[in-house]
Amino acid sequence: MSDILILNGRLVDPANGIDAPRDLLLRNGRVAAVESPGTLRGVEAAETIDAAGLIVAPGLIDVHVHLREPGQTYKETIATGTAAAAAGGFTTVVAMPNTVPVNDTAAKLEWMLDATRNPAVKLFAMPAATIGSMGVELTDFDALRKAGAVGFTDDGKPVLEDHVMLAALVAAARAEVPVSQHAEDTRLTGGCSMNAGAVAFRLGLRGMPVEAESSIVERDIRLLRDIESKEGLRPHLHVQHVSTARAMEAIRAAKREGLHVTCEVAPHHFTLTDEAIGDYDTHAKMNPPLRVESDRAAMVAALVDGTADCIATDHAPHAAHEKEQEFERAPNGITGLETALGLALRVLHRGQGLSLSRIVSLMSAAPAQIVSLAGRGSLAKGHFADIVIFDAGATWTYDAKTTRSRSRNTPFDGAEMRGRVKATICEGRIVYRGN
Amino acid sequence: MTETARTQSARYATGSLLSIRDLSVEDVSAILGLTARLQTMHPAERSAILAGRRVALLFYESSTRTRTSFELAAKSLGATTTLVSDKSSSIEKGESLKDTGLTLRALGAECIILRHPASGAPFVLARETGLPVLNAGDGMHEHPSQALLDLRTILTRLHGESSATSVSAASLQGVTVVITGDILHSRVARSNALLLPRLGARVILCGPEKLLPKEALGLGPGVEIERDFDRALKRAQVAMMLRIQKERLAGLELDLADYIDRYQLNAERQAACAPKALVMHPGPMIRGLEIAGDVADGPNSAIEEQVAHGLAVRSALLVRALGKSVTV
Repeated sequence: MSDILILNGRLVDPANGIDAPRDLLLRNGRVAAVESPGTLRGVEAAETIDAAGLIVAPGLIDVHVHLREPGQTYKETIATGTAAAAAGGFTTVVAMPNTVPVNDTAAKLEWMLDATRNPAVKLFAMPAATIGSMGVELTDFDALRKAGAVGFTDDGKPVLEDHVMLAALVAAARAEVPVSQHAEDTRLTGGCSMNAGAVAFRLGLRGMPVEAESSIVERDIRLLRDIESKEGLRPHLHVQHVSTARAMEAIRAAKREGLHVTCEVAPHHFTLTDEAIGDYDTHAKMNPPLRVESDRAAMVAALVDGTADCIATDHAPHAAHEKEQEFERAPNGITGLETALGLALRVLHRGQGLSLSRIVSLMSAAPAQIVSLAGRGSLAKGHFADIVIFDAGATWTYDAKTTRSRSRNTPFDGAEMRGRVKATICEGRIVYRGN
Repeated sequence: MTETARTQSARYATGSLLSIRDLSVEDVSAILGLTARLQTMHPAERSAILAGRRVALLFYESSTRTRTSFELAAKSLGATTTLVSDKSSSIEKGESLKDTGLTLRALGAECIILRHPASGAPFVLARETGLPVLNAGDGMHEHPSQALLDLRTILTRLHGESSATSVSAASLQGVTVVITGDILHSRVARSNALLLPRLGARVILCGPEKLLPKEALGLGPGVEIERDFDRALKRAQVAMMLRIQKERLAGLELDLADYIDRYQLNAERQAACAPKALVMHPGPMIRGLEIAGDVADGPNSAIEEQVAHGLAVRSALLVRALGKSVTV
C-alpha cells in the first residue's frame, strides 16, 4: 500500500484533544506519523495531499445504515451504499439486519461482511437480536459475536416483549456489545404514517404519539436497572434515532442515574419538523417520524449538552416507484449518508455554534466508542488511516441526481449544505475525491 | 396559506382543486359566479362548453352523490366521461395510482376526478400525470367541492339566491356554523373548517374527544371546539351533521346509545336550542343515529338542496379545470 502525506491541514481529532495544524503520514493503512507542520517535509510518498485551508479529521462513522443487500438490491447494494458513505465522508458504517432474509445467523453475517461484497469503506454489522426479527426467540449471540457482530438489534421493529428484551440485554451484556433498540410501541402506531398532532390532523393522516417512542425507552431503562441490581451485569442499551423530547428526557435521567445508555440522533430529526411533509411529500416520511419544533429543538439541545451521544443517519434507500405512492402506502425512510455532515455543519455548527471538534466527535469518536471499534474514530499513531478531509466553510447545494446511492429518496434535494468533503481515505486508500 | 398557494401553482396543473386551501377568496367568488352563470344558461348552450372534452372519474371508494353529480355535470357541459372504479379495473390487479393515471392520460383524459381512501392521493395523481385533478374526497383529508356546495347552500338559504354569485371575506360575518359528529374522520369537516372562516363565519366543531381531538384547533383561526351540543346549537345559524364513519374507526370503540343521547339532532333538541337553524348533512346520513328522520325531512333541512348545489358547483369546477372561459 502506498504512502500518503497530508500536509498543511487543520487536524481535528477530538479523541486526542487536538485541534491544530498537523501534517500526517499514512503507511500500510495506518497512521504512521502526526507531526507539527513542516516536520514531514522531505518524506517520500506516492501521493501528497495539500490540505491547506481544510479540516483533516477521523473518518466519519455511522452506526445505523440500511444497505439492502441481500434481498433488495434494486434499492441499494453494499457497494453502492458504501460508495455513498465514502462521498459523505464516512469510512465506517454499521449495517442493520433487516435485509431479506434477515441477518440473524453467523453464516448470513459472514456473507454480508465478505470482501466480495465490495464495500468501499469499512463495513460492520449488527445482526438481529431475535430470529427473523420476530421478537420471540433470541439469536445465537455467542456465534454472532464471534462472527463479528458489534451489537444486536431488530431495527425497523422494536423488541417489544419485556422478557425478550430483558434476555437480549443480559445476553448482550455477556457478549460485551450493546442492544440497539428501535423504540416504538407498535401497539400504538398501527396504521400511522406520521407524527401525531395538528399537522397530521389537517392532512387527515393517523399519527404516531410521542408515547409510542418514550414508553419503550422508559421500559428499557427499567430493565437496565433491574438487570444491574439483580444480575450483577452492566448491560448497554443504545437507543436508535431518538426523535422526541420526552424519550430524550428519559435518557438524560438514566445517564444521570449512572446506567449505561447511549443514543443517536438522525440529521433529519435535528433539521426538520413534520411541516416538511408539506403536500404529502413521501421523502419526508420515515420512522420515527419528523416531530414538532419543540422536539427538534430538544434533539439539538441534547446534541449540544451531550445527552445525545452521536449522530447516525438511518440511511434507508427506497426505489422511486415505492415513494411515488399514496403517503400511507409509501415505505418509511430516506437516504442520508451524503447529507449528514453538510446538515450537521449547517444546523449545529453554523446554526448553534457547536464546535467543529464536537461535531467531528459526534460523528467519529463517539460512535466508535459505542460499538467499541478499536483503532477507529481517532488519528493517533498506529490507528487505522481512516480520514475525512473537508472544507468546513464551503456552502453548496445537494443534488440528489449526483448520488452514489442507488436511490434518491431524500427530502434534502436542493437543500443548502455546509462543509464539503474533499477526500475520504479508508485504511490508507483514497475512496472518494471531491472537487 | 400563501406559501401553499405558491407551491401549488408551480407543481400542479392550473384548474386542479386538491385542497380548499388552494383557493383564494377571489377564486371562490369566481367559482360561485361561474356556477350561477352556468345555471342560467340554456341547456343547449351549456352542452357546447366542454363538447368533445374527456373527463375521467377515478373512484377507489363508493360514492353516490359526488360521483353522480360530477358525471351529470360533465355530461351537461357536453364532455365525454368514463368511470374507472377500483373494483372493475386493473387496480384490482395491483396497478399503482401513478400508472392508472398515466393510462387514463394516454387514453385522452384531460381532467381526472379522484376519490380515494388515502389522504393526499390527489396530490400524487396530479404530480405524476400533470393533469388537472379534482379532489372528490381523499381519505380523512378533504372534500373541497363539498365545502363549495355547502357554502352555496348556506348563502342561498341565509341571504337569498342572488347573494350566492360572489363572496368576500365578510360574506358570512355573524354566521356561526356548528359541525357535529365524527370530525376526526371527516374530510367534509376539514374542508368546511378551512373555508368558512375565511369568509367571516365562526365554525364550532362539536363532538366527543374520541371523534374530535383538540388538534382540530390547528385548522386555523375562526375554529373552536365545544363538547356540549346544546350549548353549541344555541349559537348556531347552521347545524351541519356528520355520519359516524364506521369504516374508518379502526378499533375505536364508541357507545352509540350515549352518542345518540348527547349528539343526535332530533326534534326536541332542535326546538329547544336552534329552532331556526339551517340543517345540513353531506350524506350519506344514517337516520336515527346522528340525525332524526323528521329533522332531516323538516322545513329547516337543506339536505336535498345541498345535492342540487353539488351538481351546479361541480359544473363550474369542471369548466375551470378544463380552462374554458365563460362570460359571466
